[in-house]
Amino acid sequence: MMAGILLFITAPLLLSNWIIFVLAIALAKGIVVLGVVLLLRGGLISLGHGLYYAAGAYAVAFALNRWNIREALFLIPLSLLAGGGMAALTGLLLKRYRGIFFAMLSLAFSMILYTVLFKFYDVTGGTDGMRIPPVTILGIHPATENLRLFYYYLALILTIGVLYLGRRFTASPLGYLMQAVRYNEIRVEYMGTSVGRAIYFSYVFSGALGGLGGGLVAFNVGHVAPELAYWTASADFVFVAVLGGAGNVFAPFLGSIVFEFVKNYAFKFSPHTWQMTLGGILLLIIFFLPQGVWSLNEVIKRKVIQWQLSLKQ
Amino acid sequence: MAVILKTVSLHKNFGMVKAVDNINLSINGEEVVGIVGTNGSGKTTLLNLITGYLQPTSGEIRFRDNNITGLSPREVIGLGIARSFQIPQLYTGLTVLENMLIAVAARSGKSWDSWTPLNKNSWMEEALGILRQFGFENDARQAVANLPEGGRKLLDVALSFVLKPKLLLMDEPTSGVSGKEKFAVMDALLNTLKDAGVTIVFVEHDVEIVERYAERVLAFDNGRVIADGTVNVVLADNSVRQAVLGVE
Amino acid sequence: MDTVAIIVLDGIGFASWLFLISAGITFVFGVLRILNVAHGSIFALGAYMGAWLAAWFLGGQYPAWLSFPILIVAAVLVAVTVGPFIERVFLKRIYQEEEVIPLLTTFALFLILEDVVRLVWGIEPLFVDKPFSIMGQVRLAGISYAGYPFLLTGIAVLCAILLWLVINRTYFGRQVTSVIGDREISSAMGINVPRIDTFAFILGSFLAALGGAFTAPMISVEPGMGIEVIVFAFAVVGIGGLGSVGGAAIGCLLVGIARAAAVHLYPELELFVIYALMVFVLILRPQGFFGGIEVRRI
Repeated sequence: MMAGILLFITAPLLLSNWIIFVLAIALAKGIVVLGVVLLLRGGLISLGHGLYYAAGAYAVAFALNRWNIREALFLIPLSLLAGGGMAALTGLLLKRYRGIFFAMLSLAFSMILYTVLFKFYDVTGGTDGMRIPPVTILGIHPATENLRLFYYYLALILTIGVLYLGRRFTASPLGYLMQAVRYNEIRVEYMGTSVGRAIYFSYVFSGALGGLGGGLVAFNVGHVAPELAYWTASADFVFVAVLGGAGNVFAPFLGSIVFEFVKNYAFKFSPHTWQMTLGGILLLIIFFLPQGVWSLNEVIKRKVIQWQLSLKQ
Repeated sequence: MAVILKTVSLHKNFGMVKAVDNINLSINGEEVVGIVGTNGSGKTTLLNLITGYLQPTSGEIRFRDNNITGLSPREVIGLGIARSFQIPQLYTGLTVLENMLIAVAARSGKSWDSWTPLNKNSWMEEALGILRQFGFENDARQAVANLPEGGRKLLDVALSFVLKPKLLLMDEPTSGVSGKEKFAVMDALLNTLKDAGVTIVFVEHDVEIVERYAERVLAFDNGRVIADGTVNVVLADNSVRQAVLGVE
Repeated sequence: MDTVAIIVLDGIGFASWLFLISAGITFVFGVLRILNVAHGSIFALGAYMGAWLAAWFLGGQYPAWLSFPILIVAAVLVAVTVGPFIERVFLKRIYQEEEVIPLLTTFALFLILEDVVRLVWGIEPLFVDKPFSIMGQVRLAGISYAGYPFLLTGIAVLCAILLWLVINRTYFGRQVTSVIGDREISSAMGINVPRIDTFAFILGSFLAALGGAFTAPMISVEPGMGIEVIVFAFAVVGIGGLGSVGGAAIGCLLVGIARAAAVHLYPELELFVIYALMVFVLILRPQGFFGGIEVRRI
């Protein structure tokens, strides 16, 4: 794992600026996908995570443009709060639903935000969106040529932090409780524990992650638009969650990196087949690798062990 | 001993069917009560009513002087009643140990902890200890999905036992458990429970188990209690033998 | 009075369009228990095929009104080629899986079909407005109104009636009703459920493609059409109840009138009312108006 971290820290020295840019976005989106995965572990599919993603992004946009707050150390917690706060509200209703109804209601909430962002031009800039000027860190303006690098390391640090928190969460009673909810709600209630509460807490955490990812992407891209709340954005997050697998906290980031690079290169290669490529990959995963790309890890390990055993004979 | 559980004119109708028909029970603290009756006689419905899974059509349920009619299962569990199921209710995608650890953490009131690892020492010790009592030493890491029927039943009972209740309701605790294991498990279970002063009510089809462990027996037929007394008296009663045991 | 009349007319027009795009997806859900995201792409395929055939046809010396049957033919072509392919190759393998898998599979198919459309027809928009313009103008309640939406309403009503007749008056329809009620028991009774599945999916695809084909003359047919259509369909289906065509009809009317009212009274809320209605209904009555699905609500 340390090797992995070192790799990411030194990546900018070896790779081009554009790759660092894509990587930063992949990590930021990976944070959102982790939020989706946490809910998947509870058997809940969020088709509307774009809501928290856009909430975080637009909160940052408002702070920068309306209130002239440039400080990253303020904007980052703000995006967390925006996402988490939104989830605290919608979670009150959503915690009572399961399955396809949960999915549809979460979709509906995100589309409501979309319509508001889209139509209220005077407040939100409508389809033009809002610009994100460069931020400061502890009051210092990073030099323009270092901005990319700065945003990359910001995403990396936050990713590491989120990975740590996520790891602790999934190993904790609450983390296991989410899985318990998925397998047997009756038993959970008969342990004297509230299923609704478990879902609610996880949901708020998941929404906060969505907001954080949204804020980070806003920094990187320099622009926010209503599309962040559209159903296709939410669908992308679910796609990546399935791509990486829901087994552990690293998988969403692996999935996100694969997704962003495939998307970008497939688009460059042929602008009219990149969606098809992604669709094809998704089908392959569904039919051949249902545990996601991360499980390739396990498959390879098993094959290696088998091969080693066969050598000994 | 004081009355710990009382039902007053308890009725439950499903449309025209009287699943529970005017039950007036009084269970004393630390009693060991067996409930017998054919399928559909209302035994499981009674447990569902007491634990709040179903709402009565009319009547009252009192637990230690509290009116618990209409409370949810979660609230009833919180007051000190636990229950095991006819069809084991387990976390099917997890291992035996994980199931037990989640229950241990819940009992400690730490379900909302999102920081402490579930497998911390004190919880592990307790979980493994209980699993050993129920015969799971070698299978702790087994996936629940791989357990045989008897093992699933035992785990279900263990999960309710872990809550350290004042009243434990068990729905056919030994069904599916192999012959020799039945007695071993019931022996260990009842010894521990009686030491802790727990009141035990269990529904059983196995007459041997009832004879051996119950101090008092209630016989159910068509939603009513047709006999209530000591084991020998009830099991010798003709109407019980006809209705419940199918003896002419 | 004028405003109310316009709102009602507009509303019915939009509702008819909504019905054409949502009847298929809710019907397919009722039978196969799968929410087909690719429904939006089948709609788009219908639009492209319809526009392309109609344009080619109209280039000749045939009477313009024949373009309408051509649109229907286009829808049939799409339904019988794409429908069985998707259902047999992909859906049959995943319909038993937990809810995420079918949704993701149909989403993957949606992505693929979006590009198929681009590859086959290019990215330049197609315009076929002849069928629209020959419907001319109608004067109603003192307002001059385009004639085409009335045709749409007619087609929507026709589809609803035909669907009702098929379900309630044919042998196939009775089998479908049985499968909708309980797949396992239907199978045990000797109904060839896989075949019913395929036919139901073809029917659903036909409705989607028909919606697309008849939408083509109203707008420019371009890539990405299916994206907004699918989420409208979801909204209507959520309101009306998954699996209920009657519910979808009611949902369409509600959404149609609400949107028309918004457009004429509070334009910023045009899109908002659609999803607000969806949230409202899902909260009050999660299974929609006539949905028979068990809502796992605690």
